[in-house]
This record gives sequence, C-alpha cells and structure tokens, in this order.
Amino acid sequence: MIVNGKQKVWSDYQKEIPDDHYFYVRSCIRQNFFPASEKTFLDIVRNKLNLDFFETEHHTTCGGIAYHSDTIPQETIMTIIARQFALMTESGYKNYVASCITSFGIYTETLETWRHFPELEAKIRENLWKATKREFNKPEYLAHASDVIFKLRDKIAAKARHRLVNIKTGEPLRVVEHIGCHYSKMFPSKGVGGAEYPYVLTGMIESWGGEIIDYPERRHCCGFGFRQYLVQANRGYSLSNTHKKFESMEPFKPDMIITNCPGCPYFLDRWQYVIAEMEGKTYGENSQGIPVFTYEEVAGLVLGYDPWDLGLQVHQTAVEPLLDKMGIEYNKADKYKI
Amino acid sequence: MNKEVLVIGGGPAGLEAVKQLKNLGYKAYLVEKSDKLGGHLTKWDRLFPEGISAKETLEKLLKPIAGIKVFLNSEVVEVKRTDDLFTVTLSDKTTFIVSSIIVATGFTLFRAEKKEEYGYGIYNRVITNADLENYFIKRSDNRINNPSKIGFVHCVGSRDEKVCNRQCSKLCCVTAVKQACEVKELFPLSEVYCFYMDLRMYGRYYEDLYLEAQSKYGIRFIRGRVSEVAENEDGKLVVKAEDTLSSKPLKISLDLLVLMAGMVKNDDNESLSNILGTRIGEDGFFEPANPILRSTEGNSMGIYFAGASTGPKTLPESINEAKASVLAMHNYLSNRV
Repeated sequence: MIVNGKQKVWSDYQKEIPDDHYFYVRSCIRQNFFPASEKTFLDIVRNKLNLDFFETEHHTTCGGIAYHSDTIPQETIMTIIARQFALMTESGYKNYVASCITSFGIYTETLETWRHFPELEAKIRENLWKATKREFNKPEYLAHASDVIFKLRDKIAAKARHRLVNIKTGEPLRVVEHIGCHYSKMFPSKGVGGAEYPYVLTGMIESWGGEIIDYPERRHCCGFGFRQYLVQANRGYSLSNTHKKFESMEPFKPDMIITNCPGCPYFLDRWQYVIAEMEGKTYGENSQGIPVFTYEEVAGLVLGYDPWDLGLQVHQTAVEPLLDKMGIEYNKADKYKI
Repeated sequence: MNKEVLVIGGGPAGLEAVKQLKNLGYKAYLVEKSDKLGGHLTKWDRLFPEGISAKETLEKLLKPIAGIKVFLNSEVVEVKRTDDLFTVTLSDKTTFIVSSIIVATGFTLFRAEKKEEYGYGIYNRVITNADLENYFIKRSDNRINNPSKIGFVHCVGSRDEKVCNRQCSKLCCVTAVKQACEVKELFPLSEVYCFYMDLRMYGRYYEDLYLEAQSKYGIRFIRGRVSEVAENEDGKLVVKAEDTLSSKPLKISLDLLVLMAGMVKNDDNESLSNILGTRIGEDGFFEPANPILRSTEGNSMGIYFAGASTGPKTLPESINEAKASVLAMHNYLSNRV
C-alpha cells in the first residue's frame, strides 16, 4: 500500500462543507434501525459544539426506497424533494444536510439532473405549486451528515473522553470503514475522497486514534442493494454479499466496522447472526462477532456518551467487546432498561 | 527563398523530419520541450513485432541530426505570420524566421492513476507498460520480484468515455502481447493473463505474435475488462474482472498487474494550436486539412504535421508521416518560388 497515493486521491476530492447553519432532514429507516444515531448527531452539533441545525416536523421521507424499488416515477420523487427544499427555504436556510445516504444520493442526482435539464426543474416547480402552493430555492450547499462530522472530527477529537485505542495494548483499533453506495459511487466528486478510496469515514477514524483496514472487498455492497433484500426471493443475494465481505475482511482482524448509510450497519450487523446460524461461523476476536456502528455512535463513544443512550443495545452483534477494548465503563443491567 | 524550417518536437517523427529536411537542403531548427531528444522511444527496450532494439533504432535516428540547431527545454511561445514567413519566438526569447513549421509534438502517455479502480500509485504491485519497459532496460524494479502470476490490462485510458478518451490507442494491444511474451521469457514458470476488450492486431506480423503468445508462451487471453483491483493481507493483488466469453465473473490473485496506458493528447496541444492558427479535433489531437488526401498538412499553408500529433500512431507510421510531411512542405515551397 502506498499511503501517499491515497492522500493524492483524497486531495483530488475535497468538498466544501459549511461550518454552520443547516436544515437537517432525518432518514425514514434510520429512525427505526438505529434510533439514537440522529438524536446523538443533533445533540453533538447543537449542545456539544453550539451549532445551528434546524429541523421541522413537516418533512417527509424522500421516497428513496420506492424510487430504488422502481415503484414511483422520477417526477414524483423530484416533487417530494422540491417540497423538502421549500421547507428549507421557508425556514430561512441555505445549507441542506441529509441523514440518509440514499436521500443524499437522490438529492444529488436530482440537482444534477435539473442542471442538465432545466425544463424538468421548471416542470417540477409547477407540480409543487399545483399540489402545495409552495416555492423553493435550491440549496447552496448539500451535505451528508457524515460530511459534517468529518468536518468537525478534530473538534470532536479535542473533546474526546475515549480514543479508538486498545487500552490494554496501546495499539490503535483496527477499523473497517464501509461507505454507502449512494454516497459517492454515482457522483464521486460529491463525496469526501471520491468513490474508490473515500476519506469521509477514514478521516474520522484517523482523528480519533484508530487505524483503517483496506481489504479486497472493501468496495463491495453491504448486501442491502434494495431489491436484493426488498424482493424476498432475492435475499440470498443480500446475504451472500455480506458473507463475501466478512470472509474478505476476516484475515485483517478488524476490531470494529464504521458505516455512514442506513442499510449498511443494519445488514452488516444482522447478517452476522444469520451467518452464524446458517454456517456456524462467527467472525471477530474470540468468535464474538465484529461490532458494527454508525459514525454518530462512534462519535458518541469518543465523546463519552453512555453506550445505552446511544442505542447500542439494539445491535444484533454485541458491542461490549469493543467497549471493553476502549475502556468504556457501562452498566450491564442498564442495557435493557426502559 | 527562405529555406529555414522549424520542427516542433524531438521524438522519432521530428528527428526523421529533420533528417529529410537536411537531405533536401533545408536548414532545420529543432525545438524540444524536454531535456533530451528521442521522445517516448528512449523509454523502450525492444520494438514490436520483430523485437528490434529501440536503442539502436534511436541511434540511427539521431545520427543524421549532427550539426542541426537543437533547442532543448524550449517551447514555442509566439508565432507571427507575415506574408509567407513565420517569425517564431521560443520560451528562452530566441527568435528566428522560417518559411514552414512541422508539428511533431507526439502524444502523452495516459496517467494510469486516473483509473482509480486499478490502483496505480496506490498498490505496490500495479505498474504500467512504461514501467515494465523500463524494467526490461534496467532489469531493476523493486515492485517486480520473480512474479508467478502476472496480468495485463488492455485499453487503460483509451476507448474509455469515462476518462474522456474515446480514441483507440492502436498500439497497446500488440505492445501488451509483446510484453507478455517478454515477461514469460524472463519468468518462464509464471502464468500470464491478458484482459482485453478485443484484440486489434492489424499490423503485419502482429497476428503471428499473438499466435506465438498463445502457442509458444501459453499466455491466457481473457475477454473482459477488469473492474477493480485491491490488495490482500500478504500484499498480493486481488483482481476482479468479467470473462465475457464464459459469461462469468472472475476473481484472481496476482503478483503483478501491468496497465497498458494508452496514448492521449498533449495538454498543451490547444495552446500550441492557438499560437499556430491550426485546428484541434474533438479528441484533442491536431486536425489536418484533409484526413485522407492531405493528412500531414495543416489548414493554413506552411504548417505540417507528422507522427502522433494528429492521433495515435505506431513508430513506422510516424517515420513515414515525417517523410510525407517534408515532401508536402517541399512541394509547397518549391511551387511558391
């Protein structure tokens, strides 16, 4: 591995990320899969770092699940997006940040499509006006929430109570990073570090003391793949994708996985249990599994949040081995408190 | 009649043009932007398909240049046309007046790191055709350590709209086959794979070389593009491709991967074209007056082209174009008098 080569690629894919004043939109599925992640994100930016992140209860799903399942047409999803932009405009914001990778991909795709086909944008504006009597400005900046945490990574590191270091050995934790496909594979220039060697999560891990693992199936899909999973008959594809990734990363002995997508942490986490049931194979040190986290959860652990306030008890793969390595104290009895 | 002519570019086409100009009694000025003559030929070991020495070929091209005024590390920064003459200014402020200009500026090798998925500059054992040729000359490269499995990827940066290079680079197919055979000679126990889209073995004896690669050297040709390259825990390369003949995805572990970087336009073609008042094609190479009947002539009188300045060319084609270019120029100047 030539580290300088990666740094060169990273320098080619820098992205402007505003410091403050964002209109924040949640993810429809993250609130179910990892409910505390978005709460933690808002708590970090608002209360730990005193930044202005506004959200409204009036926003809806972006329609991404339906779009990638081919059940709604493009003009419909564009009109949904136009309404979200109208809410941002009415709230007086210009910076738009999405919690969901698929939403971020769809917003990016829509803005790029409008750039190439302005007549389509005009039609969507007309659709929105007819349906809701709303108008909108396009965001001046579009970011994914992981871009924001990437931007703030050093400020988080400065407030860290724990680092991504094995307290027994003093060695950096070995971390697998997994980027959601919709983050930068469609538009490499819109993601920090591009598509082949993305830097958005790597930058966080480096700042917080960990060591990134580059393994052969790093670029491979987590296994969600929308119709791979949403169509029940295809779920074998979903599982085999995830299995392929774990077989590939296993020799590198990762301590944990960090992700920035709704589906990826879910499938990398849940399918470990299924693989164990089907194949009798368990990954990770002492066959305890490889804990999988969202980037907000990792930021929360670094900042000293209680693991159970971060919602880590809803993970299928136990997180305690990682907490022990980092020296994070936790109350076992509180894990399932209501 | 002013019998002074400027040749821009000191590669094989430029050298041959200077030789021909000298034979016809012209005084040639040769301007080369790098610090030595010979262009890409200086980086080759043996030439396809016969295996002729590149070094000896270059020596033969350089020999007639003795006595010619050569400007190394120089570029043309201004050309003023007055009637039938050109007043040329170089980057070192040298100025001279010539009656014609031959553009033999050649090509640039595609920067393989732009195909990020192949990992050139990221993974230690990914090299380019130029790196391998350099190894053949020097027999030293710490990335090449008795490899047992070697892959060649054809069409890297050519025939690739994703990197804005639609053109076929023309000589990479036969170069890959030549280099695959040479690698097999150096490492007889190795397994060698060529990943190709289609093989364009159009030149004389190219097909024979391709046959020999299979029958004598046992090189395996796989029709399919490599999709991505990664590194496993022991530093070996993991290469994913599709075998389109068997319609199956393929994953192979290799000790060395050679990227056949294609020929692309020079970055300064457009600025030079503006200085000369010539035209540039969609592919970024210079556009001749007529691609069939006047392929070495510019659209304005007194400007001529030779070699890869007008698109990817083999070495013999470049040499022949240089001769044709000088002849066209000679006819123009002779008739003008």
